[in-house]
Amino acid sequence: MLDIKNLTATAGGTEILRGITLTVNAGEVHAIMGPNGSGKSTLAQVLAGHPSYEVTGGSVTYKGQDLLDMEPEARAQAGVFLAFQYPVEIPGVTNAYFLRAAYNAKRTAQGLEELDPMDFLDLLEEKLKLVEWGPEIMSRAVNAGFSGGEKKRNEILQMAVLEPSLAILDETDSGLDIDALKIVANGVNALRRPDSATLLVTHYQRLLNHIVPDRVHVLAGGRIVRSGGKELALELEERGYEWLTDAAGAVA
Amino acid sequence: MTSPVESYVQQDYKYGFVTDIEADTVPRGLNEDTIRLISAKKQEPAFLLEWRLAAYRRWLAMTEPHWPNVQYPPIDYQDIIYYSAPKQVKPLGSLDEVDPELLATYEKLGISLSEQKRLSGVAVDAIFDSVSVATTFREKLAESGVIFCSFSDAVKDHPELVKKYLGSVVPAGDNFFAALNAAVFTDGSFVYIPKGVTCPMELSTYFRINAADTGQFERTLIVAEAGATVSYLEGCTAPKRDTNQLHAAVVELVALEGATIKYSTVQNWYAGDSEGKGGIYNFVTKRGKCAGARSRITWTQVETGSSITWKYPSVILQGDDSIGEFYSVAVVNNRQQADTGTKMIHVGRNTKSTIISKGISAGRGQNSYRGLVKMLPKAVGARNYTQCDSMLIGNACGAHTFPYIDVQHPSASVEHEASTSKIGEDQIFYCKQRGLDTEDAISMIVNGFCKDVFQNLPMEFAVEAQKLLGISLEGSVG
Repeated sequence: MLDIKNLTATAGGTEILRGITLTVNAGEVHAIMGPNGSGKSTLAQVLAGHPSYEVTGGSVTYKGQDLLDMEPEARAQAGVFLAFQYPVEIPGVTNAYFLRAAYNAKRTAQGLEELDPMDFLDLLEEKLKLVEWGPEIMSRAVNAGFSGGEKKRNEILQMAVLEPSLAILDETDSGLDIDALKIVANGVNALRRPDSATLLVTHYQRLLNHIVPDRVHVLAGGRIVRSGGKELALELEERGYEWLTDAAGAVA
Repeated sequence: MTSPVESYVQQDYKYGFVTDIEADTVPRGLNEDTIRLISAKKQEPAFLLEWRLAAYRRWLAMTEPHWPNVQYPPIDYQDIIYYSAPKQVKPLGSLDEVDPELLATYEKLGISLSEQKRLSGVAVDAIFDSVSVATTFREKLAESGVIFCSFSDAVKDHPELVKKYLGSVVPAGDNFFAALNAAVFTDGSFVYIPKGVTCPMELSTYFRINAADTGQFERTLIVAEAGATVSYLEGCTAPKRDTNQLHAAVVELVALEGATIKYSTVQNWYAGDSEGKGGIYNFVTKRGKCAGARSRITWTQVETGSSITWKYPSVILQGDDSIGEFYSVAVVNNRQQADTGTKMIHVGRNTKSTIISKGISAGRGQNSYRGLVKMLPKAVGARNYTQCDSMLIGNACGAHTFPYIDVQHPSASVEHEASTSKIGEDQIFYCKQRGLDTEDAISMIVNGFCKDVFQNLPMEFAVEAQKLLGISLEGSVG
């Protein structure tokens, strides 16, 4: 599904990713953990193609395609979805309109016919249940005036509608109370399929109580310094990141 | 590296062509003889010539206003041609006699003057340079008593109405450009809706500047008698030229008791090139008077063109319980400058006004909102709500807000909200990450921003305005 080899990237001339190698297979959930400033969010943004980051080396293959050679919208149309750490507000554009435009952009790219507003509403009704929302949310402007938790839920709703092959969740758990966290986690779990994969970027272990990962990787100083099973997350919870970052520093 | 937004904003002005047509043109320059010549060409009654000359004498003593937040080299008023009209041998009996070249020009602009085509049930007055070349559906409108004709025809056929209302809202000496217009105005549209009549179709005027070095000085007068209702639209385009051309128009609206006038503008004059060369100076005075109780005047404008825009469509709320509204989208790109807004003058009791202004600045454009809300001593219980939002695209543009509030009665209430936002790479990236391309993303974000204004435009023009907005901003994000 996703094959990252020795990926390096800079932002504003500063090297942030210093050689990431990571393979994610279909059906797997990988958690990317690490202290602040370790490059977690940068990795997520680079995979989605954010223009503020410059890839300086390495390769990323997604479903056999050179991901780094694709425009951000082409990546999205090919099934790469990024749930933003800070979802953007678009005043005056309703959630329904935005979601349908995104959904139809993907369909058009796949050579399918666009869905008309009525059929799309039927589809939405199903997806709204996942995040325990009523239809009134659809007439609100995209994220405008939403609370932090509502914005994150809205990301999950978009993900549910777009049914990505590769979902990247960038600190979707941060700033959520426990109820909202459960709703988000349930949404993600419900969308797990044998032919899709999830990359969870998180600072804390608590999300992993709800979404159980197949692999856990610890990022420090722009490199993966440790990989393991789900038990690694628990160890981190207990011991913090310092013992790993110190070790990484010693290696560097 | 060109950012996606930059490359999006550069798109060509598709109305920039010139029609090759023989014109009757007066010599360059302005003096009393020019005015007498224009008046004679139009075979005007004496009162109108006198009115023009008085305005001209007032104008001579006035100075060009320099308080707007715009910059341009001095205008040489002696270097302008004040009258240019396509030559036609005899007066037109019907639309069939309009020069085919002119009909073709309007077809090319997307305006059909053929009544058979019945362009969405909209009646059109077509103004080409200094004169009206055709007005459609005149007979059909006359059946319900509605008068819709060129200003020149109104002077000939309804001099008493013209005499009664001309200058009643914007006096001849109101300001520098209004005085200039009063002296030299050549044509425009005239609308009269009799008592209790709801105008059966949308009325519109399409202004086209064609000849080089001419100024366009048109004058529009709309009178809605008690209980009458009318919706009127204007559109405008001009050829691409590397010299500036002056457009100084005056629009007067009179709404009597319980009457409603909705006046919508989609302004797309040539804006100059990316370095600011050429384009129209759009220096316009628009004002409506809610003369009767419970009358209502609504201005909706979408300003995308002109190199410089200077206009403040205003409402004098004289009648008790009258309502004034101003909905505006103003877009500047490249080197365009706009200083636009409104004046709401509350005179009567329980008068109410709403101002929604959306300014979009891109490229190196400078956009200013300037508004006055004035509550006079007798405006008991008057209310105003103002919302003034600016959007910046890129780092080289500017947005400015100059709200003036003058309240002279303690029971009046004035609310003002303002915001400035920047359409950033993050907003665009968010849309792209959801599969939308840059063009669709910008168009969606900008249209969302303007939604409150667009929903006040008649349906087919709202669609037009949305498209126009996309075109004006093409290449703007940097």
